[in-house]
Amino acid sequence: MWDYSDKVKDHFFNPKNAGAVVGANAIGEVGSISCGDALRLTLKVNETTEIIEDAGFQTFGCGSAIASSSVLTEIIKGMTIDDALKVTNQDIAKELDGLPPEKMHCSVMGREALQAAIANFRGVEWKDDHEEGALICKCFAVDAVMIEEMVWANKLRTVEDVTNFTKAGGGCAACHEDIEAILERVLKERGETFDPQAASLPKVEAKVEKKPMTNLQRIKKIEDVLNSLRPQLMADGGDVELVEVVGNTAYVNMTGACNGCQMAAMTIAGIQQRLMEVLGEFIKVVPASEMPKPEKLVNIEGISHA
Amino acid sequence: MPDIYLDNNATTKVDSAVVDVMIPFFTEQFGNPSSIHRFADGVAQALKHARRQVQALIGAEHDSEIIFTSCGTESDSTAILSAIKAQPNRKEIITTMVEHPAILSLCENLEKEGYTIHRLPVDKCGRLNLESYKNMLSDQVAIVSVMWANNETGTIFPVVEMAELASAAGVMFHTDAVQAVGKIPMMLQDTKIDMLSISGHKLHAPKGIGVLYLRRGTRFRPLLRGGHQERGRRAGTENTASIVGLGKACELALEYMEYENIQVKAMRDHLEQGLVEKIPHCFITGDLNNRLPNTTDIAFEYIEGEAILMMLSKAGIAASSGSACTSGSLEPSHVMRAMQIPYTAAHGTIRFSFSRYNTMSDVDDVLNIMPQIVATLRKLSPYWEGDGPVANPEQAFQPTFA
Ligand SMILES: Cc1ncc(COP(=O)(O)O)c(C=O)c1O
Repeated sequence: MWDYSDKVKDHFFNPKNAGAVVGANAIGEVGSISCGDALRLTLKVNETTEIIEDAGFQTFGCGSAIASSSVLTEIIKGMTIDDALKVTNQDIAKELDGLPPEKMHCSVMGREALQAAIANFRGVEWKDDHEEGALICKCFAVDAVMIEEMVWANKLRTVEDVTNFTKAGGGCAACHEDIEAILERVLKERGETFDPQAASLPKVEAKVEKKPMTNLQRIKKIEDVLNSLRPQLMADGGDVELVEVVGNTAYVNMTGACNGCQMAAMTIAGIQQRLMEVLGEFIKVVPASEMPKPEKLVNIEGISHA
Repeated sequence: MPDIYLDNNATTKVDSAVVDVMIPFFTEQFGNPSSIHRFADGVAQALKHARRQVQALIGAEHDSEIIFTSCGTESDSTAILSAIKAQPNRKEIITTMVEHPAILSLCENLEKEGYTIHRLPVDKCGRLNLESYKNMLSDQVAIVSVMWANNETGTIFPVVEMAELASAAGVMFHTDAVQAVGKIPMMLQDTKIDMLSISGHKLHAPKGIGVLYLRRGTRFRPLLRGGHQERGRRAGTENTASIVGLGKACELALEYMEYENIQVKAMRDHLEQGLVEKIPHCFITGDLNNRLPNTTDIAFEYIEGEAILMMLSKAGIAASSGSACTSGSLEPSHVMRAMQIPYTAAHGTIRFSFSRYNTMSDVDDVLNIMPQIVATLRKLSPYWEGDGPVANPEQAFQPTFA
């Protein structure tokens, strides 16, 4: 099943502010067509101070949808509606100690319900500005609609273009077949044909313009991320140590309770996810024990048949 | 906390008798069955014995009709790709809307290459319409592939009859019997089924071993070419330990066939009757009169399957769901959609699948906990109020869908 954080589980098993608020004056009802989840958010907003005095949720959805709704109500209670509008789906996910990429849309649904409820309070109609498609790139959580829009908007032609503009496909590369299928479809609609050998657009045009990091910068950033995760690991009696960075591979030592623990693989996957989010590039985290050994020089005695 | 496994259609525990017969093939008789030395002694013989055990379970006429593969998916792919390669002039395939992805994804891919795929629809109970099937059969069809039993609902398709119709029209017939083998009796020699897929891990053998049954005389093109293994029909050094294990598992399945269809069925029936009695607004999906004895798939309306599974899991009970959210795909199960189950119910389907390892007390534990879980989640649901769904639930709550 999903690798949910303890926070997600806690909000799921002990949801806060479940149910409709009596006398609510701001109601937002949104759903995500893609997965069928739906959420009704009811708020009681003070008419003069515009402070959210009470919040309640009703959710038809999976564990992370319920957890996202619950944590959202906790975040916004006591905020002014102007401040509440600044809450992003990333804030919701962060408060839950992260969500699996396939589940990020649950946090998006939370933010949309909030926007819809505030629009309802102000007596305006809320229009959804975002459409969501099937998740294509799991490394960077990029969906089909996003890729399609970028292909249209920027006349992209190759998988490399798509990676440059959206990051999709820049990680494990397993989704390249799906990206090619999208390119094939859109290019056909544009009256062109997809050519896997076509030259990519010059990189300077790329929207996500980014100076490549030096290895030293990369190592520093990785250290920062590991430091930020350390308290959590130590709480479980473990620790992590960065041993070496080679290209985009970070070799780590899991120590204490993490060492040899069944959860070590899961923990490593979590660290990797976090590193990719912060560094914005593909990083592979590998136990130091799997580090390639420097080739041993064999001297003449070594190969003698004595 | 109980430890109750009701997800046997996903995979099963390897029977300890199966493990026992496998061990020597890892550590003692580990030789290549083709080798001529003492480490290979008896290995070829053991493979032959396993082949006979599989043959007996499915009632094949010859043991050479059994080809060992690496899994159910490989058997499915081999069957379909063989049929189209052997008959390059036939560009159509008939299948159903509710097949396993092992068939559906392959067909989708072949569609891109220019094949025409006919996907038979099902009615609300998951049944096929044989009349429309008959009309599709023609000399353009390379192969019909229809599952024997559905993995989600357990619904059994009339494959024996469908194979007769195909044969009369001169069309090859394959069935994905991964869920059916070992749970219901079969006698392939009395049928017109040309090819049939088995997967070991669904019947208490290990994962990563499968079988393709290939009727003698059926035109065939291998998927993997190489060595002479499996009479050249599936190259690659034999997975000896797993083959021996699968043989034993087939022998046991035959022994327990009656138990499966009486005692296991009784547990399943007790569970679903109990749930439907205790919990309002739930219903059993599929063809109730024509199902595997071990499977029940129940839709709990107005709540979502993954949330139910998380609560069941916390209570020590393992099951699975047709909800979109459990698979990482965005759609609810294609099987539920094909049966036109409304989405407020399709998302809340839970499949309980039994094996001979379950007991009646497992059933009682589930019956004790389930009403509470459903009630807890319904309290959170915008479609629910107090003791029942809100009036006109689909009108009362109409979220803006993004
Ligand atoms: C009906 C059906 N066909 C095929 C498969 C695939 O079998 P395997 O996992 O051995 O590839 C399964 C199992 O998931 C199944 O239920």
